[in-house]
Amino acid sequence: MQPTVAPVAALIEEFAKLPGIGPKTAQRLTFFILRSPADQARRLAEAITRVKESIIQCSTCFNITETDPCAICSNPQRDRGAICVVEEPLDVLALEKTGVFKGLYHVLHGALSPVEGIGPRDLRIDELVARVRERAGSDDAVREVILATNPNYEGDYTVAYIAPLLAQQDMKVTRLARGLPIGGDLEYADEGTLGRALEGRREV
Amino acid sequence: MPLHPRVYSTEAIVLRRTDFGEADRILTLFSPAYGKLRAIAKGSRRTTSRLAGHLEPFTRTQLLLAAGRELDIVTQAEGRERLDHLRDDVWHATGAWYVAELVDRFLEDADPHPRLYARFVHTLRLLDDGASAPATSRGWLALRHFELHLLDELGYRPALHTCAGCETPLRPEENGFSAELGGALCPACSRYAQRRMSLGAFKVLRLLQMTEWDAVPRLRLASGERNEVEGILQSVLRYHLDRELKSWAFLHAPGIEGA
Repeated sequence: MQPTVAPVAALIEEFAKLPGIGPKTAQRLTFFILRSPADQARRLAEAITRVKESIIQCSTCFNITETDPCAICSNPQRDRGAICVVEEPLDVLALEKTGVFKGLYHVLHGALSPVEGIGPRDLRIDELVARVRERAGSDDAVREVILATNPNYEGDYTVAYIAPLLAQQDMKVTRLARGLPIGGDLEYADEGTLGRALEGRREV
Repeated sequence: MPLHPRVYSTEAIVLRRTDFGEADRILTLFSPAYGKLRAIAKGSRRTTSRLAGHLEPFTRTQLLLAAGRELDIVTQAEGRERLDHLRDDVWHATGAWYVAELVDRFLEDADPHPRLYARFVHTLRLLDDGASAPATSRGWLALRHFELHLLDELGYRPALHTCAGCETPLRPEENGFSAELGGALCPACSRYAQRRMSLGAFKVLRLLQMTEWDAVPRLRLASGERNEVEGILQSVLRYHLDRELKSWAFLHAPGIEGA
């Protein structure tokens, strides 16, 4: 049953719109906010407002940023000859944490999915092709595009669509390696992963 | 609705999946014994998940499920057959998404159709085989064959032997077609037709409806005839579903459409 106090009901309704939040969780969150100090509630409200007002998409790589171009695109230390294509801004964070990749990124904002109706026009694919084409022949020419989509059917489908579009350019198009995750059990690995891990084995 | 024990084992194929919560996925499964069912695969988005690799779409998987309050829970999964060629060919992969969407949209939950399941698996295999071939004509025929036999299995078989209007036997000539009236119309009844049906399209549709796949000859149709057959079948599917299929448009999208 919804409380009759209008502001409480309104907050429950707003929380319930968030992904993965059901009506019970929305109520719990609302009552947590009610009981917490006013200062904490204000900071939360300000953080939400600020994220909506100050965050934009970088016009080059389409990652989320406060400045355009973003810190990675405008960093002269980054290797401009390598572009890593990812599905979501969170994937950039994950890859940056490794500290291994020193090139630039391109965020597609999703993966192609025929059943969800997500088509090439819904993603930043045309922008990727234009970005690579624009720089061809210049000092900044792209030498390698790494297609780092998720290792699942939608990710592979997206790669199968993008790869031929980039094939006409004079550069390497690669994918992330497939294999066994650290901490996993060999006996539970599916044969696809195990097969690819065997194919990509390394000498010790 | 088939009753199943609290913990039950079944073979199934993932038709679609939706991310849920922190790392879970809600799966729409098609199984021979229980029909279409929904289940949750907890933690399956984590790279260390023991389930994830076995729960990819179009993988024939043996599952152990536990009955839940709203959704059944996948407790074990072991892939039996992977169709990996589909991963490298965008048109045939789109075809696989399309047949999966057809099954998902046409079937009600917990309504078993073992024959349709076998046909679905067979069609996925045909598409997987076709993915390593340069042309798409066999894959195209496999899709039309599946559409006709799906309609047949679910009781929507379009009339292609007698007129859907007056029930007189149809002759090998140009006829009409009306999805609303349930099939082909003789020249006399064709004033009620939504579209004309050339002799070529009529023959192809009858052949596909009456013939098991192994006996379907290697037909090469002109693009006009292909469009006509597709248009007729789409009118029937759309009439019964009362909606567009999202993956259908993909099969004809630039960069995806087949040779």
